Amino acid sequence: MLSFSNLDVISLDAIPVLSYGTFLTTVLDHMKANDARHCVNYMGYRLPNGDLECFCVLADDSTSQLFVARYHLAASGTMALPSLSAHYRAFHIFERVLWENHGVQFTDHPWLKPVRYPHDAAHGATIDSYPFFRIEGGEVHEVGVGPIHAGVIKPGHFRFQCTGEDVVHLEIKLGYQHRGIERLMVHPSTMLQRTVLAESIAGDTTIGHTWAFVNAMQALMRGTVSDAVEIERAIALELERIAIHIGDLSALNLDVAYQLGSAVLGALRTPMINFFQWWCGNRFGKGLLRVGQNRSSLTPALQDQLVETLDDMERRYRPIADTMFELPSVLARFERTGIVTTEQAHIIGAVGMAARSSGLRRDVRRSHPHGVYRAEDVQTHVLHSGDVMARTYLRKLEIDASITYIRILLDRLRTASRDNGTLEDRPVRELAPRSMVVSMVEGWRGELVHTSITDEHGALVHHSVKDPSMHNWFALALSLRGNEISDFPICNKSYDLSYCGHDL
Amino acid sequence: MISIALILLSSVFFIGIVNRTKSIASGRIGPGLLQHLKDIVRLLKKGSVTSTSSSFIFQLAPTISFVTVIVACLFLPFGDQPSILSFQYDVVVFAYLLALGRFSMILMAMDTASPFEGMGANREALYGMLVEPAFFVLAGSFAVLTGHTSLNEIFRDMHLGSGVSYLMAAFAVYVFLQIAMVENSRLPVDDPKTHLELTMVHEVIILDNSGFDLGMILATTSIRFAMFGVLISNFALPPMVPLWGKIIIAIVVMAVFAVVVGLLESFRARNRMKRNPQFIFTLTSIAILVFFTVLILTNKLVL
Repeated sequence: MLSFSNLDVISLDAIPVLSYGTFLTTVLDHMKANDARHCVNYMGYRLPNGDLECFCVLADDSTSQLFVARYHLAASGTMALPSLSAHYRAFHIFERVLWENHGVQFTDHPWLKPVRYPHDAAHGATIDSYPFFRIEGGEVHEVGVGPIHAGVIKPGHFRFQCTGEDVVHLEIKLGYQHRGIERLMVHPSTMLQRTVLAESIAGDTTIGHTWAFVNAMQALMRGTVSDAVEIERAIALELERIAIHIGDLSALNLDVAYQLGSAVLGALRTPMINFFQWWCGNRFGKGLLRVGQNRSSLTPALQDQLVETLDDMERRYRPIADTMFELPSVLARFERTGIVTTEQAHIIGAVGMAARSSGLRRDVRRSHPHGVYRAEDVQTHVLHSGDVMARTYLRKLEIDASITYIRILLDRLRTASRDNGTLEDRPVRELAPRSMVVSMVEGWRGELVHTSITDEHGALVHHSVKDPSMHNWFALALSLRGNEISDFPICNKSYDLSYCGHDL
Repeated sequence: MISIALILLSSVFFIGIVNRTKSIASGRIGPGLLQHLKDIVRLLKKGSVTSTSSSFIFQLAPTISFVTVIVACLFLPFGDQPSILSFQYDVVVFAYLLALGRFSMILMAMDTASPFEGMGANREALYGMLVEPAFFVLAGSFAVLTGHTSLNEIFRDMHLGSGVSYLMAAFAVYVFLQIAMVENSRLPVDDPKTHLELTMVHEVIILDNSGFDLGMILATTSIRFAMFGVLISNFALPPMVPLWGKIIIAIVVMAVFAVVVGLLESFRARNRMKRNPQFIFTLTSIAILVFFTVLILTNKLVL
């Protein structure tokens, strides 16, 4: 496998085309070699001649390396292949997408079910034909929730197999938010249109996804932005992290009916997202990041305002955070609920918060640093209990760490250069031909991976987006096993995974 | 007569005071005191939508539930003012009228054949069953203490002026308060504000009801809550005070009751579903404590 790192532009010709058999053994060997390796993306697209070209990207968190391997499947050849999922379960979702989109038949895949489309399009185009796992027996009853959500948020279907109040098995069916993001990305359009599209991949991760996207494009243009622009982007990402984490803490309190915490924390989310409004004119940071620039810079006046906002937020946030994590009735709900063990998290390839609350140290800002993160001054927390409490408390720790980190970044911003970028005044911005780039950013949920591939004319032929939710939805399903069905809402909220980030 | 008038009057404000207290406790202004009444009036003006797969039980149950609560109210005295209906052992009738109302709601939920409502019915039945001993042990203690078995006579003889141990009264009021919270689906057993059908108890049972039926169910809830308010205020009515003074005391006690409910709900989280039976058993054990105290006080149990 070819070794490279985050945001390296590699020529397609440098990646050897393997036969599927060699590919399988190579990937398995690489996975076996080191426990810190996991699959960050595995996708395929059709070449003009109808052949299927597939890429698999692995990441090694201990050495900051990425590995890539590729293979071709001839349109006329066999589509029945042995699967990687049979050896490493974390590949299951990628292979399901390949099966669903391109008809690759993985013969020993343990869970070959649709991800975003109807199960059997020939028998009807409705999504309800999904083959749910069922447990038969007199004591088992089935509860189906959704796709219309009680809190009117986003659509997803949850099928529970229960004995009494206890959940034996939960299966999650998504796909109701499929908008064809990856197809629209390669549709002939301007860079601005694509950036706006990237902003809409997941509404709560606007900064994260947009940053991953513009980083990929900037790398393919072989250009850089100034230090100040990079630092501003990192500040925006941490602000997004704080805002969403506080909102989630509020929602968790609401779900256990702790009214005070829910009301106070809910009100604290507002100043954080309002700051984006002052900064860039949109409360979720839309319109801020563009390829080669930030549309609004963080002026000294805004910097002062940010310091003020953070001070005020911290003053109001500390007391309620302390009260919440000392209140017995709240702790009684969070502790030992929805446990996902380190081993389980490892098997399913959990990333980001879900991994860090189950004892896996996975943080792209430290393991695959790019730009500002090379200074290695960002703090990562890891908790080991893997329950709702860990995921809730991790949010508190990360809010604290992000506040500290924003203050460090603001200091760096005062002395950072505003004109050492190479892209600002470049009139023609062409993408490197026949190249591939993997762009990873640690959004608040976890690693966001955008993989772009260009053809010989420098046109984008494939842009694959992977939201951390792709891996982590399975963690939610596992966390429910043996728990009460009435604890589903807090387990769900403790992950707060993205429906549209998964469905694309 | 006075008690039923008080119940109807206070039911108008009761939920309003609870919600307003909760709003103020979390730093918000909150809805007006009459908002709940306005909601009910709005719903009562509407027609109901019923599923084609449900039977007459679904349409009948809200009415049965409403009627049982109204009839139960008729048994409540107001201090030494007698109730409209009264006979020996009417305490039992009182308790089972409320149980009948609950039973009809459970049947209604099962009638919809929704998996959520089945779960809700299951929970409602369990908690209703568990809270029963607490109520009867407490009622039994009062019967032993006063030597009477009708609510009328019990409350005529028992009040704060009657020299009953204040400690015992405090326990009894606490148990009654918590029984009222369980019966009316409030925290910590149930959360009336939740939007999550998997965690609901009472709310999920009425998920399929709409319009007039829903309005009637909400009215029933208000009246039942106010009824517990009058029941609790009965403990605090001294016999020597004139009637208007008693009415003022009762109104104050009920307002305090509503504020206490609001505060209890503001500063704690809800129980884990599995802990609810344990919580309700605790009420029974406190009631048993009251019962033994009464036995000792009345020299029926000599240590």
